Amino acid sequence: MADATPKSVLTAPIFKNNPIALQILGICSALAVTTSMSVSLVMTLAVIFVTAFSNLFVSLIRNHIPSSIRIIVQMTIIASLVIVVDQILKAYAYEMSKQLSVFVGLIITNCIVMGRAEGFAMSNTPGMSFLDGIGNGIGYGFVLMVVGFFRELLGSGSVFGITILETVQNGGWYVPNGMMLLPPSAFFIIGLLIWVLRAVNPEQVESNEFKMKENTQPKEAV
Amino acid sequence: MAQGNNSIKKILTVAFALCVVCSIIVSTAAVALRPMQQTNQELDRKSNILNVAKLYESGMDIEETFRDKITARVVDLRSGEYTDQFDPDTFNQFEAARDPATGRTLSGDQDIAGLSRVENFATIYLVGDVDDPDQIVLPIRGQGLWGSMMGFLSVEGDGNTIVSITYYDHSETPGLGAEVNNPRWQAQWEGKKIYEEEGDLSPEIHLTKGGASSEYEVDALSGATLTSNGVTDMLQFWMSPEGFGEYLAKFRSGITQEEAQQADVELESEGA
Repeated sequence: MADATPKSVLTAPIFKNNPIALQILGICSALAVTTSMSVSLVMTLAVIFVTAFSNLFVSLIRNHIPSSIRIIVQMTIIASLVIVVDQILKAYAYEMSKQLSVFVGLIITNCIVMGRAEGFAMSNTPGMSFLDGIGNGIGYGFVLMVVGFFRELLGSGSVFGITILETVQNGGWYVPNGMMLLPPSAFFIIGLLIWVLRAVNPEQVESNEFKMKENTQPKEAV
Repeated sequence: MAQGNNSIKKILTVAFALCVVCSIIVSTAAVALRPMQQTNQELDRKSNILNVAKLYESGMDIEETFRDKITARVVDLRSGEYTDQFDPDTFNQFEAARDPATGRTLSGDQDIAGLSRVENFATIYLVGDVDDPDQIVLPIRGQGLWGSMMGFLSVEGDGNTIVSITYYDHSETPGLGAEVNNPRWQAQWEGKKIYEEEGDLSPEIHLTKGGASSEYEVDALSGATLTSNGVTDMLQFWMSPEGFGEYLAKFRSGITQEEAQQADVELESEGA
């Protein structure tokens, strides 16, 4: 990214270079926390905070990090930030932290945070790295919110906890799709989302790494 | 990158400095926020108790209502009597179950709720007058499908009629077993009876498939047979003499009031 401008750094990760949809990073937490939109939103804010500040701090000391221990230095910074976020959530948003439970702690292992620290912050100025962290956090959050919207609407009949489709359990007509509340459904939604994004931006479609050979004798395939 | 970055001295300096800075940040956050986190946990526990006693309204002052209406006491489960051996504010039931002095191991056929060890003392919450409570809130727990379920059951002052049930910690399947906290399902519990007749300590209350037809039956959760079995088992266990059976029996036969009066007389005569 030689011609990176503050604007491109901030906006490119949302659609053009989305960390989940294009780089397929950070899928695990996208499966786990998207059962409701409010939880997705808090997770998004937590990840934006961690990616932005870990990028900032890594970039600030990038000229002093010995290359032999750079990964562990990045991890230490990320882990400290995540613990701080976890403590703040427990103090100010206790209900939310109960729902997010272990997944706040697992931001440490979110590949997006680590990937941006290693791939961008190590070779760019603090200001640009900070914006890049925010941009990637928003890109991650965008996918989370879309997945969360469909999962909550179809799985619980509500959006942000506000009932849209009255479910049968509460005396309405809508039979909720239980699978939407389970992690596998996020795979389908993310898959469909990637399809949509790549249909809009055909340059994101990857070329085949190898070509399947045609069957010379049809019988072998049976 | 500067050439000198990979010398051993530089590596150790950077690693050490980073560790010091990060540990200061982390420990400052942890220490500074701890009082607030503990308040939150307390509030959460109290709002769960108020919730199961049907006293909870959103926006109310939880601390104040709790102080006004609810008294915590520790009960000796074997005799069913209150005990002053422990302070109800600090007594931890889960630690008590592990400690050999205050807990016991259950044998296979006793252990219907899958607890393996159970405490001899439990913290209960009395709503209203301590000697003649409107409601008694009892802690219950047991195995569901995916893990242990922790909750509260509130019973009317007759020691037999259920007010409500709630689970504050469980890991049941969303949309199926997790419907234990659906208000519509919880509403069915109101007015159900635990025991069949006075004096009999074996609980009758259970979940049933295909429609509850008596006052001892509650509709099972559809699509969540194993969670429903878990709920039945833990009620069967905690309402039996192994759990709160002896304690609740005192309310059912009205002994507690007389005993309390007797105890008062004794205290007075001792004081004189």
